Amino acid sequence: MCLAIPGKIIEIAPDNPNSALVDVVGMRRRVDLGLLEDDKPVPGDWVLIHVGFAMSKISEVDALDQMRTLEMLGECEAAVQEVRGYGLEEIEDKAS
Amino acid sequence: MKYVDEFRDPELITRAAEEIRRLADPDRHYRLMEVCGGHTHAIYRFGLKDVLPPNIELIHGPGCPVCVLPMGRIDDALSVAADSDVIFAAFGDMMRVPGTNGSPLEHKARGMDVRIVYSPTDAIKLAKMNPQKHVMFFAIGFETTAPSTALTLQRAKAEGIHNFSIFCNHVTIIPAIRAILDSPDMRLDGFIGPGHVSTVIGCRPYEWIAKNERKPIVVCGFEPLDLLQSIVMLLTQLQKGEAKVENQYRRVVPWEGNRAALKAMAETFQLRPYFEWRGLGFISQSALRIREEYAEWDSEQRFHVPGIRVTDPKAAQCGEVLKGVLKPAQCKLFGKECTPENPVGALMVSSEGSCAAYYNYEHRKANLLTSISASA
Repeated sequence: MCLAIPGKIIEIAPDNPNSALVDVVGMRRRVDLGLLEDDKPVPGDWVLIHVGFAMSKISEVDALDQMRTLEMLGECEAAVQEVRGYGLEEIEDKAS
Repeated sequence: MKYVDEFRDPELITRAAEEIRRLADPDRHYRLMEVCGGHTHAIYRFGLKDVLPPNIELIHGPGCPVCVLPMGRIDDALSVAADSDVIFAAFGDMMRVPGTNGSPLEHKARGMDVRIVYSPTDAIKLAKMNPQKHVMFFAIGFETTAPSTALTLQRAKAEGIHNFSIFCNHVTIIPAIRAILDSPDMRLDGFIGPGHVSTVIGCRPYEWIAKNERKPIVVCGFEPLDLLQSIVMLLTQLQKGEAKVENQYRRVVPWEGNRAALKAMAETFQLRPYFEWRGLGFISQSALRIREEYAEWDSEQRFHVPGIRVTDPKAAQCGEVLKGVLKPAQCKLFGKECTPENPVGALMVSSEGSCAAYYNYEHRKANLLTSISASA
């Protein structure tokens, strides 16, 4: 819940400027940009994600550092599990 | 030894440790509080205690939202969810936290509709997928997660989702720090400030700690080097007799915080007159409730909530550990009746709880940092 997960913006939904497709270690999920209204990211930018919301824009170097931080803290697996769960993917996976 | 390769730069760590030794007055005992549970987790994981000279004591603060939530709040929410038309949705961290009659997961085993979500907006999605049911999202967290709940409330209202509500348990960090500083049995020399909370609130809200309480505070990242550098910064201030707010985690935390997040919170929440914290008791203006404009999406305004108050199991000393009065292993139940597999108290459940962190990592003392410490 308190994880800050780095992700790279791939594309912004054409019909919803608050919805971005984000790549997190090869996994692609929709993330909410509503909390970055003052400084909207564009494709190619890196963000830190908390519970499905991009909370801050960061540099690519800092994003890669943050991924390493998660590794060091042993929280990579939890981060991947969290991101995989966005959009109820796991629930849908289980239901199917 | 497992972590040898994981350190970004062992040499920098050794240097920071030497700097700490140089700065620490051997005739003085330093008590520094790390406010955030994420820091507690990192401190135990990396065995940082063993790198520090014995006169630097790290006191674990109240920054673990799962840990500070009194059991009555879980009981209250589960009593609403006992209605067969209600789906109880929460983050995974909440699932194993004990209520009086068991955790949400145990209630699920007894037939309650309990779902894990990873984002509050997914609870809205769940409501759309289950129009015949009511989805109650159990919201928890400090300012790190509160803005996400705020935007979720605004989305639910804008989209006219009527079978959805939020059971709001959001708390705010500043009043908790104030309560700790007001506590007569607590002497602290400085604070390692929370990292991700500060991405939202920024660094200004800590200024009273420096100005009025004359205590230094350094907002800090989560790696061993971040923590050691922050301790260097605190000791430097203490040596000079200064008390300032400093930001060690500049790569992520802007001094002014996140204005859009603060705006969303101000539009949807207001301060509760008081709120109960495990261990710290009732603290005035320390938690958020949902504004009346959003009453339809507030579980507490929409349903009858019994307002259950329960004291923790007598033998468990969660409160004392949360206040920093006891270390985890000094609790009578630690590692015996209370383990991560069978937690009696919430501090043993959350990875940010000091008991779970201590239990999981204390046995790994013989890591690189210990050997650095020995060779330094």
